[in-house]
Amino acid sequence: MERSLTIKSARKVGGLLHALVKTAKHGVDEFMTDRLGEEFNARLARVPLALGTASVDPFGLDPDWTKYALASVAVLHRHYFRTQVFGAENVPQKRVLFVANHSGQIPIDGALIGASLFMDVEPPRFVRAMVEKWSQTLPFVSLLFSRVGQVVGVPENAKRLLEREEALLVFPEGSRGIAKTFDQRYKLTDFGLGFMRLAMETNTPIVPVAVIGAEEQYVSVKNLASLAKVLRMPSFPLIPQMLLPMGFMPLPVRYRIYFGEPMRFAGDPDDEDSVIEEKVARVRSTVQAMVHRGVRERESVFF
Amino acid sequence: MTDRPILVTGACGRLGKRLVRALHRTSSVVGVDRRAFDDKPADVVHEQLDVRRKKLKDVFRAHRPRAVVHLGIMHDPRASAAEHHSWNVSGFAKLLEYVAQFEVPKLIVLSSANVYGPQPDNPQFLSEDAPLLGGARFSEIRDLVEVDILAQSFFWKEPRTETVILRPVHILGTVRNAASNFLRLNPIPTLLGFDPMIQVIQEQDVVSAIVRALEPQVRGVFNVAGPDPMPLSHAVRILGKAALPVPYTLGKLAMRRLWSLRLTSFPAPELDHIRFVCMVDDKRARELLGFRPQVPLAQTVLSVLEETWNG
Repeated sequence: MERSLTIKSARKVGGLLHALVKTAKHGVDEFMTDRLGEEFNARLARVPLALGTASVDPFGLDPDWTKYALASVAVLHRHYFRTQVFGAENVPQKRVLFVANHSGQIPIDGALIGASLFMDVEPPRFVRAMVEKWSQTLPFVSLLFSRVGQVVGVPENAKRLLEREEALLVFPEGSRGIAKTFDQRYKLTDFGLGFMRLAMETNTPIVPVAVIGAEEQYVSVKNLASLAKVLRMPSFPLIPQMLLPMGFMPLPVRYRIYFGEPMRFAGDPDDEDSVIEEKVARVRSTVQAMVHRGVRERESVFF
Repeated sequence: MTDRPILVTGACGRLGKRLVRALHRTSSVVGVDRRAFDDKPADVVHEQLDVRRKKLKDVFRAHRPRAVVHLGIMHDPRASAAEHHSWNVSGFAKLLEYVAQFEVPKLIVLSSANVYGPQPDNPQFLSEDAPLLGGARFSEIRDLVEVDILAQSFFWKEPRTETVILRPVHILGTVRNAASNFLRLNPIPTLLGFDPMIQVIQEQDVVSAIVRALEPQVRGVFNVAGPDPMPLSHAVRILGKAALPVPYTLGKLAMRRLWSLRLTSFPAPELDHIRFVCMVDDKRARELLGFRPQVPLAQTVLSVLEETWNG
């Protein structure tokens, strides 16, 4: 008796929540069309997807979830960061590995590259990225990541995605890159080797990507590495702007994203590190050159 | 050769009965189970005995089976750990001894994809050479891992026997296993903020995979998957049931409590199955066994609600 009552009230709450979500969804749909234009919906229809019976892909990507995630990022992309995209014509239609510089303390760069590949590239793509495995133990976070196409960062997943002709984004600098202090801005740190072996094994073209603007969104004067270690965080940046009202918001810098020409590498993916390192250096110097050019060409950080 | 029978252990389970019915039209079949085989097809021989008994050897001697299909793994979570271990591992070791002694040409062991175990850092699809970590957190599955490993070493030790290890994903249907029982609950408890991708397979598809594995020349380890993977919430939706999302820490505490009061048959570590991904890559089974699941996703899920399933 009591049990059925609990279930009934649980159902009632569930029903209410459902109605609420529905209204919210409707509101967001209108806002999206308003802000991003009908074009946004037309683009959604053109994304190449391979969905299963349960209308998700094998990694759990749900186009319905991705739509809302992309819409919120796209609003930032267009209206807050006013992103300019260069070299969109360089993006291949099939499998592709994007190798980008990483910066900005929090990975807004990844989100904006994702938005660019949806808003400014033809055909529009849902870019896939790799997330830390501990994120899988976090409720809601793991769910959200999976539904918007972010997969656990293990080599098997990367390989499988590329074999499915997906677009994969990697930051070979990892957390070293994103935690750079302001005086180190636009100087690339070391690249890992994994992405090159992956590209060679799956015969995937590498598209170098340069992101300009992220370095100025949060000005970090120092990274307290030892404190970060104690707190088990990847970094602990000191960001003076945080003391200002609304200081947690990134500065409204203008992002410029450059897609370079695809680079192809042949050879044995299991070759010695020294051989792989030389190939990685070519990609790294290409990205670094694109970054330098981008910084030189921009006239203002904010406009 | 053809008059030598196929020996099926665990023949009186729901899966066992289904397999026996699929086999007995084309081959003679000997069932072994300590339970009685009611509604047994007339031409099937049933030996009601415990696999740990010496008498099992007489069965091998008398029937000279051309193949052994081992389904006789005890899943009863209420039996003591010692009973479990002695039944599953010692019983299986005996069986292997006789398979070697009587030179049975084919051995099929029904393991499970659960031997890999749900882990936060699992690749989305595990291949057959992934480590068997299922027992790391969940001791009840250690038997199953041990059986799988025993079968693997038998594969190398006895090359005259074609050993096949099948690792199917969650089997759904009239079977009384954890996955099917879980989906029979109403409402179905889930973990708040978690909705992992899962793979399921209908019991009839498992039977056809076993039948394919009986073909000569087939040997090795095969992951066996059913229709497309889906989020757990999708299965709940197919069943038209309500989900009852519970925060993980609360869920774990509640399960421990209920378990110690013997009010649930799901041990707390099983919660990881509705938290993390444990899915398999069935490429080998598709390529080498030519196996394709036939039962569509919705029907597979709905079959847990039926007492007898004739899809």
